Amino acid sequence: MKHSDLIVIGAGPAGMAAAATAAEAGLSVTLLDEQQRLGGQIYRDVDRVAPKRGDILGADYTHGATLTAAIRRQGIEHVEGAVVWAIEDGFRVSFTKDGRGAQVSGDRVILATGALERPMPVPGWTLPGVITAGAAQILLKQSGVLPRRAVLVGSGPLLYLIAAQMVRAGTPPLALVETQTRGDLLGAARHLGGALRGWNYLAKGLAMLSEIRRAGVSRYAGATAVAVEGSDRAEAVSFQCGGTRHRIDCDTVLLHHGVVPNTQAARSLGVTHEWDAGQSCFSPVRDRWGATNVEGVFIAGDGAGIGGAKVAEIAGRIAALKVAEELGKLSESERDRKAAPLHRQRAGESAVRPFLDAAYPPFREALAPEDATIVCRCEEVTAGDIRRYAKLGCLGPNQTKAFGRAGMGPCQGRYCGLTVTALLAQANGLSPDETGYYRIRPPLKPVTLGELAAMVDHADEAAE
Amino acid sequence: MDADYAIIGGGVVGLSVAWGLLKRGRRVIVLDGDDGAFRASRGNFGLVWVQSKGMKQPRYAKWSQQSAAAWAEFAKELAENTGSDVALEQKGGYDLHFSEETLHETVAQYEELKAKLDGDYPYDVLGRNALRNEEPHIGPKVVGAILHHQDGHANPLKLLRALAHDVRRLGGRVLNGKTVTEVTKPDGFRVRCEDGTVIGADRVILSAGLGATQLGPKLGFKAPIRPQRGQVLITEKLPRMIHRPSLIARQVDEGGIQIGATNEEVGFDDRVTQPGISGLAAEAIAAYPALARAQLVRSWGALRVLSPDGLPIYQESRDMPGAYLVTCHSGITLAAAHARFLPDWLERTEAAPDLEVFSEDRFAVS
Amino acid sequence: MKTASPFLELESGPRVRVWLDEAPLDLPEGANLAAALLAAGVREFRNTPVSGAPRAPFCMMGACFDCLVDIDGVTRQACMLEVVEGMRIARPNQPEAADEAQ
Repeated sequence: MKHSDLIVIGAGPAGMAAAATAAEAGLSVTLLDEQQRLGGQIYRDVDRVAPKRGDILGADYTHGATLTAAIRRQGIEHVEGAVVWAIEDGFRVSFTKDGRGAQVSGDRVILATGALERPMPVPGWTLPGVITAGAAQILLKQSGVLPRRAVLVGSGPLLYLIAAQMVRAGTPPLALVETQTRGDLLGAARHLGGALRGWNYLAKGLAMLSEIRRAGVSRYAGATAVAVEGSDRAEAVSFQCGGTRHRIDCDTVLLHHGVVPNTQAARSLGVTHEWDAGQSCFSPVRDRWGATNVEGVFIAGDGAGIGGAKVAEIAGRIAALKVAEELGKLSESERDRKAAPLHRQRAGESAVRPFLDAAYPPFREALAPEDATIVCRCEEVTAGDIRRYAKLGCLGPNQTKAFGRAGMGPCQGRYCGLTVTALLAQANGLSPDETGYYRIRPPLKPVTLGELAAMVDHADEAAE
Repeated sequence: MDADYAIIGGGVVGLSVAWGLLKRGRRVIVLDGDDGAFRASRGNFGLVWVQSKGMKQPRYAKWSQQSAAAWAEFAKELAENTGSDVALEQKGGYDLHFSEETLHETVAQYEELKAKLDGDYPYDVLGRNALRNEEPHIGPKVVGAILHHQDGHANPLKLLRALAHDVRRLGGRVLNGKTVTEVTKPDGFRVRCEDGTVIGADRVILSAGLGATQLGPKLGFKAPIRPQRGQVLITEKLPRMIHRPSLIARQVDEGGIQIGATNEEVGFDDRVTQPGISGLAAEAIAAYPALARAQLVRSWGALRVLSPDGLPIYQESRDMPGAYLVTCHSGITLAAAHARFLPDWLERTEAAPDLEVFSEDRFAVS
Repeated sequence: MKTASPFLELESGPRVRVWLDEAPLDLPEGANLAAALLAAGVREFRNTPVSGAPRAPFCMMGACFDCLVDIDGVTRQACMLEVVEGMRIARPNQPEAADEAQ
């Protein structure tokens, strides 16, 4: 089993920056990522794509190429297509690559597993033709594939970015149906002081909005009673807005109401998580270096709490500096000297976040879906089922999982966990922290039994 | 008094006993733990199993047989009451063998036991071909199997849910999220919880699984039980490919193949390990080669509740008469017995089963 | 399964022959398989083993497992694969596929 000082999991902005910084400090680094090429979701496939579609995707995207270049420059071992399915004490990381099981070990682990779309359970969200806004972005970035007749639904700046990119690509969306209200925006105004420090984000947002407006895309705000209609696939989006029921025919529906930390790997290691009321999600508890309660485990990037690509990159560097110091490659003072400007930059880049979180809150209906709506896509468990299990005494999601299979499917609860916690918390009159979350165990991603069995021999060989 | 019985532990064992008592008109309060408690009821393999049990103690074999025989009616009644089918199947089960030697040894032991059970131990030995006729997916490494006709399996989670539902429907009070810290008997019993809840009851049943290691001695029990980890795997949902369960694998009603289980003495550590799940995967593939291409979707470690000889413990406290220890590691197999027959023992009716061999006295001798 | 595509492809590159449920299909070589199938007009990738409801890609980032397909008898996420010449793609866990596996 190959051993490194540091194993970084995830090759998005946080992971790439962490790996490069650590290598620069003299650490041996293994960078594991499940995609075939560097970039993560935000900079997906940037090296191949930037020359082709950089104009549509914009400079914020092509910036990713500076990070991939640093990985190559440092000669970091990047294991691409590595699907990590177990992280055990030691640390021993098991992953699948090209259909085979493999393992690496390391003294420290930086988890840079990024974000997931916040689950948005509305009626019809499991129909073919309904994708996340992030999925649409990935289709465009990586594959140059765009939906022809799409309606964007939800809230958040990502919707504006995708709409603007679709406009630039010549297929503007049919409509932008936003769930946030004017009241949300007014309420967010109290955060404007901070937001002005992040004025460049606001300026970009306004520029995108005017791009969308010029293209003649209809916009609706404060939409309620959102449903995707169709029997075997999405055929229309219906919603209530300004006292009127609207129905827009379409082939593709893009859902988005924010992103949330992907906490699967951290939870499997026993990292403590706490409810973040501002972002309506669980985030791992970590110090300013990204260190967690599990010794040797660090978290950087959106997986530690949503901050965006720039914050992720900075956090990756900060965590790597701490690891380098712990492993004797930097003195404490060198570490602090290098980290000081990064801590300042991170504060600046994070300044806009409270404004954005308040201005684009999650869609309330999707946080407490009606009884008939499916919340667990894999096992097709409805919100009503979860409420029924609460009446049978389920205080937490591990009991409802046992009672009704929510969270037992291949996605391992990634797209139902927060909803189930919210439903149980509401039903039982408890806080999300009191309600808790799924116990996450290996395999973090499914793995074939054949691969697992083949590793028995590996272990025997190692022992001999 | 709040209840005739306070039952500490709301897993399958506690709820089965509660259900049986409620049906006799007793007032029952069940105190159940929190979402993260060690719960064998959430992690067990789901077999309703007779073969190989009680090889050294025929009474245990008999008790398992009695429970297995009562299971069908028990499941039917739960389904009628709750509308929830617990997916019971009792078409027999296999003990698969990879060597002729172990197969013959086991058959010899079964013959011995069969004699002690007056011949009531219906099994057949299937050779390679006979087994392949029954189970087309079985692999060439399997030389044969013992098909025991009293074996079967159920969905243990649906059983847990149905019991939780029906106990409430029958008027039982179930208090969830309770950690019992103290039981006293000034007059009747007073059961005190960490959050300040106090329950008064005439009798107390301790069926808290591994929780009995803490509470047992306070109630005057030896409670010599220990955790033993069993790691279990489950695959993606597959079309029907395994018809009868074995100790190695069974196909659950939803379609996944459940594979088990390790036997590890690692204390209160219920984690999954790569070597553990790799070993299980290898054994399952040896039995059913087509499983090599199946995706493992979930795995878990659960802690068995084991007594030194592996048998259940049914014991009334001598220090605190009216307090009973009810614990076992085969809560699913014995669920029907706990629901149907154990209440007679608790209530000392004429129908009370003889459970003397399961008392804690057996541990004093050693 | 295949109809006029609701998706537009910005570029066209060299294509290779793959097989979808035994029918030939030409997809861009090295493309993301899920994206390529969507662009080719494949709207339903599978039916759930629970209710039989149709499903298609949802997250495109390996998290939701709705784009599952069968490749050589193994259930895989189409969004995590690249198009390779001769690839045989089928719906996952069809009963007859399992019977062949014996």
